[in-house]
Amino acid sequence: MKVKEIVLGPHVLGSGLEKALEITPYEVILEIKDSKIKGRGGAGFPTGLKWQFAANEPEPTKFIICNADEGEPGTFKDRILLTDHPYKVLEGMAIAGYAIGAKQGFIYLRGEYNYLRQHIQNHIDSMKEKGFLGKKILGKDFSFDVEIRMGAGAYVCGEEFALIESMNGYRGEPHNKPPFPTQQGYLRKPTIVNNVETFCKVNFIISKGAEWIREYGTELSTGTKLFSVSGDVKHPGLYEFELGITVNQLLKEVGAEDAKAVQVGGASGINVARKDFNKTISYETLPPGGSIIVFGPNRDMLHALKNFMDFFVEESCGQCTPCREGNYRLLEGIEMLEKGECSVRYLKELITLSEVMKDSSKCGLGQSSPNCFLSIIENFRDEILYR
Amino acid sequence: MTDMVKVTIDGKPFEVKKGITILEAAKIAGIRIPTLCHHPDLDVAGICRICVVEVEGMRTLQAACAYPITFPMDIKTNTSRVRKARRVNLDLMLAEHYGDCYTCVRNGKCELQSLSSEYGVDRYRYPSVIKPKYAIDYSSFSIVRDQNKCIHCKRCIRTCIDLQQVSALETANKGHDVEIQAALNKPIAEVVCINCGQCINRCPTGALRVKDAGDFIWDDIENPDKYVVIQTAPSPRAAIGEEFGYPAGTTVTKKLNAALKRMGFNAVLDTNFTADLTIIEEGHELLERLHKAVVEGDKSIKVPMFTSCSPGWVKYIEHYYPEYLGHLSSCKSPQQMFGALLKTYYAQKMGIDPEKMVVVALMPCSAKKFECNRPEMTDSGFKDVDYGLTTREMAVMIKESGIHLKDMPDEDFDSPIGHGSGAGMIFGATGGVMEAAIRTVYELVTGRKVPFDGLNVTPVRGMEGIKEASLLIENTVEAFRWLEGVTLKVAVAHGTANAKKLMEKLKKGELEYHFIEVMACPGGCLGGGGQPIPTTPEIREARARAIYAEDMGTEIRTSHENELVAQLYKDFLIKPLGHKSHKLLHTHYTPRGKYFIPDDK
Repeated sequence: MKVKEIVLGPHVLGSGLEKALEITPYEVILEIKDSKIKGRGGAGFPTGLKWQFAANEPEPTKFIICNADEGEPGTFKDRILLTDHPYKVLEGMAIAGYAIGAKQGFIYLRGEYNYLRQHIQNHIDSMKEKGFLGKKILGKDFSFDVEIRMGAGAYVCGEEFALIESMNGYRGEPHNKPPFPTQQGYLRKPTIVNNVETFCKVNFIISKGAEWIREYGTELSTGTKLFSVSGDVKHPGLYEFELGITVNQLLKEVGAEDAKAVQVGGASGINVARKDFNKTISYETLPPGGSIIVFGPNRDMLHALKNFMDFFVEESCGQCTPCREGNYRLLEGIEMLEKGECSVRYLKELITLSEVMKDSSKCGLGQSSPNCFLSIIENFRDEILYR
Repeated sequence: MTDMVKVTIDGKPFEVKKGITILEAAKIAGIRIPTLCHHPDLDVAGICRICVVEVEGMRTLQAACAYPITFPMDIKTNTSRVRKARRVNLDLMLAEHYGDCYTCVRNGKCELQSLSSEYGVDRYRYPSVIKPKYAIDYSSFSIVRDQNKCIHCKRCIRTCIDLQQVSALETANKGHDVEIQAALNKPIAEVVCINCGQCINRCPTGALRVKDAGDFIWDDIENPDKYVVIQTAPSPRAAIGEEFGYPAGTTVTKKLNAALKRMGFNAVLDTNFTADLTIIEEGHELLERLHKAVVEGDKSIKVPMFTSCSPGWVKYIEHYYPEYLGHLSSCKSPQQMFGALLKTYYAQKMGIDPEKMVVVALMPCSAKKFECNRPEMTDSGFKDVDYGLTTREMAVMIKESGIHLKDMPDEDFDSPIGHGSGAGMIFGATGGVMEAAIRTVYELVTGRKVPFDGLNVTPVRGMEGIKEASLLIENTVEAFRWLEGVTLKVAVAHGTANAKKLMEKLKKGELEYHFIEVMACPGGCLGGGGQPIPTTPEIREARARAIYAEDMGTEIRTSHENELVAQLYKDFLIKPLGHKSHKLLHTHYTPRGKYFIPDDK
């Protein structure tokens, strides 16, 4: 298993878009569906299906949103893509616009990435000059423009509906689904929200074909994936690997073979201990997310867990009961564990609480925030209870 | 049929209309799903996660209140997975809620309490709050906010922002620090709150309540130097029975009279008396305005005229449409007219020192507390009305005095000014003031009764948000020839969201009316912020039926036929809009605006 340079590799500007405009929007969507790629933001929803839902809506005004509210602790892949490859993102957005019939796209940029705003705007302007954005793109009867909208620092605004609410000018809070954004999104119009990396990938699928991308990855997790690798490793940084890579293989590549545990998918992902290092990183086993945080042999896992829960207590929007109050109770429990004040019986209560949070929270934040608690407590039960 | 969907709920098959929620479908199927943040008057939030159910094929539980059924589903509402989630979420709310049930105004009527009982909660599963975190906000004359009891269901927010469109409350912070704040974290008395109290009626716990006047009133009743008079409005009389086990829509006026006398009130009088007086004054004011505007061509006269009985509406327009204050009738509300007359005319007639008189007003309304504390409401030379008391507070006073309302005999109001007509009675329902005014004004102008069967002006009745009606005026009497052939156009709105719609249309010049009635609360006074909890559209309709039934049962159905009012003019006021009327019965308003000067001037 080698490092694959696809998303990060060379790309002739406009090659994807040119090819897309030669076929019908419907064929573009078919190609994306055929590639079987799943959203690169973390939830892993099939991209082609999402586009098809939006395309099928009878409402004529539709929107494309690029979710650049990269907030998962440990991820920086989108920042690098927007810094070094912004034209790939913009071209992918234009292809998506063509596919679903949207004339307007937005990049929802994380508040902390404000410094990138001008840089991206320069690329939008230059792509307009070159005829890849704006009116009558490449001389065809297709117009598409991109605007940048700034986030204000809330992690939950990476959730698609909270992001849309924020763009609509309201408090960034998730909605009940259905209706989905593909039905009623920005300004209550059909909207697709995709991750920065997903849009980058789209260029390659269109220019090189779905079949080509399917050669990488596994049956259910096709293609390559970017990983922001950090923590106790010799070579931290951005990597592109085929999906289906095992944790062991990944650790070898990044120089962390002595790791005690790996957090796959950031704070909301799953903690993997040595015994599971032969598992593959793919949607069917360990969902990839974007972040790989490596813990060396001397790390205190309770401390790591506390750090994660601190984050969720701070970043829950506070709307639904399980997430607002549940995360706080988990953090409180961790503090009790630190002081040796948490009985085994109460720990069981907290595990039940975690299960209920996963089962009944309103959005992905509360449904995934207990993952780190459950997996770290399971993996390092003795270390935590007998400190 | 294509718009029907097959669902299975708890193993039983049903066919339901496409698009209804799981909660609604379960209700049709006779299956109860517990709810907390859900309220029939409010937009769906789906945030308490109490109503979660299992849906076959879905990874997580779904909120029944928020999930629309658009395809066949297999739903399970009672599995161990569902019960566990509901119980844990309930336990989480109990852990953030501070306060003991027995020291809470909502004891016995708290939805959190009844759910806890339903789910067999017998301990705090998670560490509970030991010390209160927030200071209680006592700043308002009307509303007390105790955030320590808040469980963040956001019913108050949805009431204030969506239902009433006042937007005095907002959500602040995030995560565990999330708070419900009055705008900009000010005390509630300093924001655009109109004191309508609709948030209180929809709060599931005791986090919102009215400022209680009961103990002050008891002190005055027991003070032999004080003469305590109570006036009762029609809406509390049509609703207080709900606090004593009567079904909604039972009027208990005469039993209440008996109870109030036994409690020690020196006189029990009917606010309908001044409702009738309001109609006389406001009716004449309308005719005067129309004459000045139409015949004299006086451009400074504002038409349409708005009613001014609802103190919530008055404060709303002071905040949001101060440029329209000239349209508000200068008439005080019946409560305040009564107060001003009690401490002058009545005191004189009865030989009581007005300084020793205490006027209590039993109202359906939390905003009446603010109204009686307005500095301009002292035209009698004293505070015209000393206490505004809500239906709920009165129910507690009756209970604590050991009186069983159901056992009370029927007794009449006291004299000499305490009786009203059926027209005064219907002030309690939306459209009532308009109907009462039409009954009188039409007769004044034409010399004939209104051309509606049984005097029931049905176009202005009912629970539609905005109602319109027009009435052709023909064969006028001599003095009103100038109105011959005019079509009188009126509109009625209830709930400030509807009022806002009307105002925005007026602003754009899209509407032409002569007279507009606005009540701040949904349904009118009968849905007021001081009425028994819970409130639902069905309960409000039942109260309205009771009010209209009482009107039908009254001998005198129009305000100008009230002989006591005629006597009042003869003895004291001389004539409508006369000098004394202006001094005692009319008022002025204060432009307030939407924004406030920041603390650091």
